[in-house]
Amino acid sequence: MKRIELSRRRFLTGVTSSAGLLVAGCAETEPPTYGNLLRVGDLVTYKAHRLLLPANALAREYSRGDISSSPAIGTTNPGDPNQSLFDPSYGETFDRLRGDAFADWRLTVEGSVLRPGAFSLADLQRMPARTQITRHTCEEGWSSIAEWTGVPLKRVLEAVGTKPEARYVQLYSYDYVASGIDMIDALHPQTILAYGMNGRDLPLAHGAPLRLRLETQLGYKSLKFVRHIEVLDSFEDDGSIATGWAWYAGI
Amino acid sequence: MAAAEASIAVSASGRGHAAWVRVSHWLIAAGVITLAVSGFVILMAHPRLYWGEIGNDLTPALIELPLSHNHRPEGWQIDVTFSELTGAPVSGIRTYDADIFNENSWARSLHFLAAWVVLTVGFLYAALGALTGHARRDLLPRWRDLAPRALWRSTAAHWSLRFGAGGGAPYGVLQRCAYSFVAFALLPLMVLTGLTMAPAVTAAYPSLLAVFGGHQTARTLHFFGFAALALFLIVHVALVIKTGFRRQMRSMILGS
Repeated sequence: MKRIELSRRRFLTGVTSSAGLLVAGCAETEPPTYGNLLRVGDLVTYKAHRLLLPANALAREYSRGDISSSPAIGTTNPGDPNQSLFDPSYGETFDRLRGDAFADWRLTVEGSVLRPGAFSLADLQRMPARTQITRHTCEEGWSSIAEWTGVPLKRVLEAVGTKPEARYVQLYSYDYVASGIDMIDALHPQTILAYGMNGRDLPLAHGAPLRLRLETQLGYKSLKFVRHIEVLDSFEDDGSIATGWAWYAGI
Repeated sequence: MAAAEASIAVSASGRGHAAWVRVSHWLIAAGVITLAVSGFVILMAHPRLYWGEIGNDLTPALIELPLSHNHRPEGWQIDVTFSELTGAPVSGIRTYDADIFNENSWARSLHFLAAWVVLTVGFLYAALGALTGHARRDLLPRWRDLAPRALWRSTAAHWSLRFGAGGGAPYGVLQRCAYSFVAFALLPLMVLTGLTMAPAVTAAYPSLLAVFGGHQTARTLHFFGFAALALFLIVHVALVIKTGFRRQMRSMILGS
């Protein structure tokens, strides 16, 4: 299970107070390496994939009969203060929203966009949907197959109108986790914001009410319990680099 | 035995290792050892192996390796059953945190860093091996050596620990077979099964999944490949020690 020992907020404070001053006005356009040899390797992998692999190649899709049992790990309820990645700022809100069947839940999309927006579940479900039966590949080594239904992230980004200089999309969860991806993965046809799993509403442990499905990367990038999306012009660590995880996990 | 004596005789007049062979040998050795250590750490997070496309704690394993407490699916509770049919897929949640054996953050990045080193040096090695004739002349077994009688004689000599002193080419037939197998079959298999575990790569090249029979089969073959490489490493080092450690090391470091 991917663990984030350092909270996102604490990390961001650290960046603004130290490194932020050094790079003020000189935005990072690539995932940084911070002089770390392991991060240099990660960057080589990322650049090699972007150079050698076609951008819109589809991950293999399976048939209904291939659907398997699916473990849910990491946070399985962001409203539970006993879970290790519980975020007090959003945990209670999540609990309240869930008590009301997510009727007041909104996905906010902001940043480098023309029309910042807030979408209810019904708003997202009215958009053109995509259903795909794909393999979830966990960094631990296991895998599972499930059917996911949701709205392509591309549609949501079109609805808010990303500015031409937008380079990255960062998704934030109701727990202490975030997931940042580049525009190639964000606009990939199989990259969806899923609200359904195996023909029913997305179960709580799998990220209700809305999760990312990013089929070209490992499972930990497919953020559960999505709360907010920020469109970025320059690279910002989503917490992975600070905690020692590869930011790009296409492997 | 004639084969063993012949082997000693040719070793005495053998050429030393070329500089590019020595450099690539040590770079690949360092890379492979790093891959083995980091791969072992990665395996400890989920030491269960499967066959086919999928496999997890809620499905039966082909092999459970008792490497950490992660190999037995305990502490799972079923939270959703996806249909009324018996044997229907379920969703399970884990009630405990099995993270003491999960050091995957750095282990994965180190694994891929080492993989880039081995891949780059391996390509250069294969290219130079083909261009200089080293691969054909010194490594690939010759057809006449592969005759059953010759193979049997060489195996019998090795079995009773009678073989040449080594120190560079020409190699005995078993040496040629072992080195060729590792360089031209095992290491490429490790690269391909490794790539078959990469979601971005199999999206671009779905035939990898078809060739290896699925993501989990590729992972299991990757483990078998690791076991074979580890076995090779043990025998290789043991024979280096047996045939004169100092002289062998000098020959692979200094070339003479």
